[in-house]
Amino acid sequence: MRRRIRPQITDRIATATLYLVAGAFVLLLVAFVGYFLYSGRSELNFKFLFTEPAFSTAGGGIGPELFNSIYLVFLSGLISVPIGIAAGIYFAEYAKPGRLTDFLRLSIETLSSLPSIVVGLFGFLVFVILTGWKFTLMGGALAVTILNLPVIARTSEDAIRSVPESIKEGSLALGATRWQTIVRVLLPSALPGIVTGIIIASGRAFGEAATLLYTAGMSSPRLDFTNWNPISATSPLNPFRPAETLAVYIWKINSEGLVPDARQIADGASAVLILAVLAFNLLARFLSRLLGRRFGGSRS
Amino acid sequence: MANPPSRKVLGRINLYYWKHENLGRGLVTGFGIFLAGLTLLMAGFLAVKGLSTFLVDHVSPLEFLFSTKWSPDADVPAFGALIFIVGSILISTLALLISTPFSISTAMFVAEISPNLGRKVLQPAIEIFVGIPSVVYGWIGLSVLVPFIRRSFGGLGFSLLAGSLVLALMIFPTITSLAADAFRALPTDFREASYALGATRWQTVRKVLLPAAMPGILTGVVLGLARAFGEALAVQMVIGNMIRIPGKLTDATVNLTSIITMDMGNTATGTPWNDVLWSMALLLLMISFLFILLARTTGQKRRSLK
Amino acid sequence: MNLRKITALASIVILSLAMVLTGCQAAPSATSAPTATTAPTTAPTSTTAPTPTASVTTDPGTTAAPTATAAPTATTAPTKAPTPKPTATPVPLSGTLISAGSTALQPLAQQAATEFMALHSLVSVTVNGGGSGSGLSQVNSGAIDIGNSDVYASEKLPADAADTLVDHKVCVVGFATVLNPGVTGVTSLTQAQLISIFTGVTTNWNAVGGPDLAIVIINRPASSGTRFTYDKYALNGAVEATGIALTEDSSGTVRSTVASTPGAISYLAFSYLDATVTAIGFNGIAPTADNVKNGTYKIWSFEHMYTKGTPSTLEQAFLNYMVSTTFAPQIIALKYIPISQMTVLTH
Repeated sequence: MRRRIRPQITDRIATATLYLVAGAFVLLLVAFVGYFLYSGRSELNFKFLFTEPAFSTAGGGIGPELFNSIYLVFLSGLISVPIGIAAGIYFAEYAKPGRLTDFLRLSIETLSSLPSIVVGLFGFLVFVILTGWKFTLMGGALAVTILNLPVIARTSEDAIRSVPESIKEGSLALGATRWQTIVRVLLPSALPGIVTGIIIASGRAFGEAATLLYTAGMSSPRLDFTNWNPISATSPLNPFRPAETLAVYIWKINSEGLVPDARQIADGASAVLILAVLAFNLLARFLSRLLGRRFGGSRS
Repeated sequence: MANPPSRKVLGRINLYYWKHENLGRGLVTGFGIFLAGLTLLMAGFLAVKGLSTFLVDHVSPLEFLFSTKWSPDADVPAFGALIFIVGSILISTLALLISTPFSISTAMFVAEISPNLGRKVLQPAIEIFVGIPSVVYGWIGLSVLVPFIRRSFGGLGFSLLAGSLVLALMIFPTITSLAADAFRALPTDFREASYALGATRWQTVRKVLLPAAMPGILTGVVLGLARAFGEALAVQMVIGNMIRIPGKLTDATVNLTSIITMDMGNTATGTPWNDVLWSMALLLLMISFLFILLARTTGQKRRSLK
Repeated sequence: MNLRKITALASIVILSLAMVLTGCQAAPSATSAPTATTAPTTAPTSTTAPTPTASVTTDPGTTAAPTATAAPTATTAPTKAPTPKPTATPVPLSGTLISAGSTALQPLAQQAATEFMALHSLVSVTVNGGGSGSGLSQVNSGAIDIGNSDVYASEKLPADAADTLVDHKVCVVGFATVLNPGVTGVTSLTQAQLISIFTGVTTNWNAVGGPDLAIVIINRPASSGTRFTYDKYALNGAVEATGIALTEDSSGTVRSTVASTPGAISYLAFSYLDATVTAIGFNGIAPTADNVKNGTYKIWSFEHMYTKGTPSTLEQAFLNYMVSTTFAPQIIALKYIPISQMTVLTH
């Protein structure tokens, strides 16, 4: 009898503990987000969100910074998502298992552990000096891509690998080529995992500061938000202009800011950042569901 | 005897096959090689920059690795980086020790105990945590955690403990979401077979799913460790950056990333002081590489034991 | 055939990678090439750096020409700067200007940039931080137009590189010793007392007239311009003890750390002083702008903007604007000191 009861008790205890841990975690997040929303509440208004920052007086906004952050994540995603997923597919399906592949995989994992300032200085030498672009949004996006690629590639590879072998074999048995199997069967099944990777990577891009100090710069030129011609120097869409992102702005204001309301701005900007990450997250989930339905239409 | 397909048909099949197989294959192979090349490029770049300390400035590698004497601005500069190396290792391992149990528990909860709550509440929560920039973590650490440690444990508040806690929080989402994915990816058969044998849920999770998901969890731990090693801004704000090896948890200390971020911008390219910082970055890369190698081989051993 | 295609594709990728690779290795080698030749010269520079008298006398000497041109503009800019503009309107100023470097100078430069762009609609000026050292290396390598620095270029760069840069002193900044508000009864410290504290000899506030409280030193990184200036003028070049001080990366974090750590002592530029920290005097003289101007308060330094060679028209116009009377009220508002108001120009 004792033998049968004890596992059930441990089961109860374990379940309760897991609930406790998960609950504590959610509570921590609520406290975290609540803390920032509460301390940043006075700044969460349209004026703060859409006006230009000030350098010596109170009342500046974060308009250009917010735009730059979103645009940078978008640009870097445009480059890193296709390459990352493709590299993930390569390592999951095509790379010949062996020492070299293992070594490359290891190197890629290691790449994601580089301190971002090192990537920033590499980006500075390559994207700022070598290309002659000087400080540009594009340079920043490319530097962030270096940080993001390993994460996306790694998570994509894992997601593709974790699709059950039987599904893959079924597809191949039906006469589909390997590539067809990958695109039509493996990718849709792996999509949730891939999306997780992309969200993690984009979150990192959104919050990245050290890399961008040396590549995208710490100031925005005058921007004319009515000018949507991407080649024009004053257009916000021009990727070849310096750009200060929200995270860089928070860093700057905390460390060297002279404005009297630095603390409020930092709090407000942090709150906006958290809300933006939240919104971004929801969008990504929505997209993933949409794509999943489209690709995996026959399954559901 | 079947009719041999005409040349035309064969060509079309080949074209079809080419389009649907080799184009895609070439494409992803190209990108895979590109990524690998990028990695090697970064490593080469770091090696060139980092080795100039020893090749151009003639600092002894032994002094760099094993000396605790760091006085780059003295008349006779000394570039011993041991303190920073020890600091980095201490902070990262401690953060991992704090974070991993919680991460795995949360992943179990999300994937096995309550997938519904997990998907609707925890998963988004985890991803929000990932999106919070390190400077914000640092700021919270500085304004909440440091005073708290000073009041409850004594010392200055700026400490190894504060750095590890902030770092643990930062790597928590990475480990958790990857571990949860690893659990979810397990076939339902595993669970059903275990339940059919009369195992409780906890027994199933502990004895069947955890070992099976271990490779995926280890990937998460490794990526978490990787992030811990490379993280700079947040840790630097709370560890105090006192250049000495800590004697206890509440002592202030310093690590590789802190000294790199603090001095990199203030020293000019090509000076020995700046070169030494690059050597540290190279060392960081090598340490992470070794750690990741270690985690992988242990992961593989466990898999093969099963 | 398929195999051939793949190998062709792969070789294209590898080839392009190799091109990038060689291109990139050209960059480090280009930067490390001068290192090889200048390494011997760096050593003497770093050895002469700590002797303050030597560098003070040599610096104005080597940069005599720029100082001579910069100083007059400082005083005559009010009349000069506005007048050329209306007369020179046929060719309005245009182009982009990128400056980077000193984080201490950044807020002021950014303010100047904003106002300057308001005056000249075709000009785009961007201001980046990154630290004095990176500002100087960047302007030296030609990546940016103006390098902002808290210290003379010769303190950071090898001598031959520093000689190619032209110094423009744009303002003066004073530094104050700051204490946690909990340290009561200490309103001024002498140089000897400060040296004793920062070298770790004095460890309790009661030794200098304060409460019975352990002293917590908060430093800037060894490479920081602020620390360099403070060590030179407040501590008379004394070597600070390592391993006993906390180090904070930026003025903002120094301020919040001093404000929250009991018994803390550190130093901040005047622009960062506020009610959360107590600023104390040096040798009995209060840290005020007036005392810096009349030369009684010794802890101050010039803020520099370096250009590679003679500045271009646009660069010169911006530099003129920085020292013009139009901009002086902003300099004062941000608690820097216009050079034109200084009655002494040496310590």
